[in-house]
Amino acid sequence: MRKLLIYAVFLLLLVASVSAQQITVAAAADLNYALKDLRLRFEHKTGDKVTLSFGASGNLFAQIQSGAPFDLFFSADEEYPKKLAEAGLAEKASLRTYAIGHLVLWVPNGVGLDRDHLPGPDTLLRDILLQPSIQHIAIANPKTAPYGRAAMAALEHFGLKDKVAAKLVFGENVSQAAQFVQSGNAQAGLIPLSLAMAPAMQGLGHYWELPADSYPELRQTAVIVSSSKRKATAQTFLDYVTSAEGTAVLEQYGFRVPQAK
Amino acid sequence: MILQALALTMRLAVVVSAILLAVGLPLAYWLAFSRWRWKFFAEAVVSLPIVLPPTVLGFYVLVAIGPMSPFGRWYQALTGHSLAFTFEGLVVGSVLYSLPFAVQPMTASFSAVDRKLLDASALLGASRWRTFWRIVLPLGLPGVLAGVVLSFAHTLGEFGVVLMIGGNIPGATQTVSILIYDQVQALDYATANRTALILLMLCFVMLALLYGLRRRTPSSAWMWR
Repeated sequence: MRKLLIYAVFLLLLVASVSAQQITVAAAADLNYALKDLRLRFEHKTGDKVTLSFGASGNLFAQIQSGAPFDLFFSADEEYPKKLAEAGLAEKASLRTYAIGHLVLWVPNGVGLDRDHLPGPDTLLRDILLQPSIQHIAIANPKTAPYGRAAMAALEHFGLKDKVAAKLVFGENVSQAAQFVQSGNAQAGLIPLSLAMAPAMQGLGHYWELPADSYPELRQTAVIVSSSKRKATAQTFLDYVTSAEGTAVLEQYGFRVPQAK
Repeated sequence: MILQALALTMRLAVVVSAILLAVGLPLAYWLAFSRWRWKFFAEAVVSLPIVLPPTVLGFYVLVAIGPMSPFGRWYQALTGHSLAFTFEGLVVGSVLYSLPFAVQPMTASFSAVDRKLLDASALLGASRWRTFWRIVLPLGLPGVLAGVVLSFAHTLGEFGVVLMIGGNIPGATQTVSILIYDQVQALDYATANRTALILLMLCFVMLALLYGLRRRTPSSAWMWR
């Protein structure tokens, strides 16, 4: 009898732990700090659990194509989610642009910049990136990271692509690019504003926002993965991220909230 | 692209196994013949890279060669550039990463040399230096060769450390394994397939060589297996 009771209690606990939903979210690395913040708030509110997996959008895209068990995908661009939707791997109706990303030039404190040539808005990259004290410039891999592509576009826009080609080092995703420059191994980095504003980067360097017309707009878009078995919970989380409360948090981390298209 | 990465990887493997031969011989000799009480600590340290994840090694190396460490600043002052994202940086990381693969077979084959021969050599008045070159090294040669081949092959297959300290620069730090990762992530499966096949065949030839060598030598030198 007692054994049966213990068994029943055990079963109850099991059921209770299952009834709270758990979703797994694939997210672009530039969301690292913002989404962790949003997750805590969301979990507190709903009791559902959110597991976050960060990487370059292109890597996550490839993983979802290969059947990775994600419920929701936050990309750093709108191409990857659209491609998934077109291939029937993601729910077209759930496509939603949740933020506009910004690119910044980040330079660690120790780098001896020529103080007479600190940037004006147009000369920004040219004046800094060509200085001899800048030996390495970290960007995310343009093949898989939208921010890496944006960085290349900006370099091209300023006519620097060939001049700094030998200085470029490529992070596996934006987080690694930020880590390269935060640790001082690279003397400059073109990284997302959302990482430049992260607590771990504060006080260690300076950053300058790149003019918005120097690279294609980073329309960061999310989509629900078709193979998900928890689409309702995924939708609730996506709704929360794009709610007034969610967008306020995103803005805190340097994202701009998109106007309805 | 593939050829450039392949050439770089081969160059890295050659340099690393040459350095490991130079470093490994005295280290293996010492590990095989020293009677120091705390020798097992040294053995444990040498073997660490076998069990440590490459991320631990990569992280430590990146910090050690960065401008925040005294070594990193010293190197920067000496050469005018930092070790991170350079071929030399990869060499440093790879030497540490492949150290046990060179030292362990060498130590095993040195230990297997009959002590009576060493005693006889000493009685006949040969110095330890001469004994090493005339007796220990010839008898331990299979182990030494195995150490060189293994460290070469292990460096070919290295990924994690290079990913963390390399910066993926074509021609400078983009090794074949990194290139394959790059191609797979960019969904360029056809090219990835070709590159992977080249590496697969290369590694197979290396190992076939290694085991062919093993068949022709007495088994005592292969205790590490």
